[in-house]
Amino acid sequence: MNVPAAWYLVLAAVLFGIGAFGLLTRRSAIIMFMCIELMLNAVNLTFVTFSRTLSDIGGQADVFFVMVVAAAEVTVGLGIVVTIFRRRLSTSVDELSELKG
Amino acid sequence: MIATAYAIPSVLIFLTSAVLILAGAIGVITVKNPVHAALSLIATLFGVAVAFVAQSADFLAAVEIMVYAGAIVVLFLFVIMFLGVDRKEERGVEPFVGQRPLAAVGVAIIVAGLVALMASSHWVTGVTSASNPGVGLAKGTKNVQQLGSAVFTTYLFAFEATAALLIISVIGAVILARREQKAQ
Repeated sequence: MNVPAAWYLVLAAVLFGIGAFGLLTRRSAIIMFMCIELMLNAVNLTFVTFSRTLSDIGGQADVFFVMVVAAAEVTVGLGIVVTIFRRRLSTSVDELSELKG
Repeated sequence: MIATAYAIPSVLIFLTSAVLILAGAIGVITVKNPVHAALSLIATLFGVAVAFVAQSADFLAAVEIMVYAGAIVVLFLFVIMFLGVDRKEERGVEPFVGQRPLAAVGVAIIVAGLVALMASSHWVTGVTSASNPGVGLAKGTKNVQQLGSAVFTTYLFAFEATAALLIISVIGAVILARREQKAQ
């Protein structure tokens, strides 16, 4: 007998909320990327839970693609962070305010 | 009461993964040192992998550990140490007044909305995907087989597209990280 799927879904929702809160409040671009990873993992957990509930392998295939996209996103994102750090000697997003109206 | 309603092992597995996930996630958003945040992220990823195993997604659990905890977190740590930003960021200043309470309220609304949707709707019984084999999910090596045949038949085009995406992102990262050579 397994635990109900709803427990995992609530856990994933809470994980998504924690990641979103960190993304909105932290200043360092690197930490913000980690919060995005938390939110992606919450979505992955939801996919796997529905995959089990519906006995459908399609949810797990989606998680596979989400992981690939996350890897690509981190690669490019951290490259951008490195480039910005070379110019500004900081990874704080508050310093990047040239586009402010 | 819980022990009589559900077999103890699966509840224990859920609790283990929940504690790992929540402790790690709270660690990521609260600790000041980015290196410690990356280590907390590893705890969360292990918790997610435990939840994957408990829900018969064995291949994804292995990939979660190898790709996320192995490659992505190492990339984070590499950049943190490469840039030398493991000093504490200043968090006292708030550029927007009341940013943190507003964020907390917004996130609480989102989570409450998600939970309310789950409690009130029947989307769990929705239409299944195009690759649904009509049989139950397999565990162990059978799970790898099942996922592999779905990825290489139904999702073949998306799979090839991810190959192109990875090549493009690698080239983009190399171009971004390269120092521009000054003309002599």
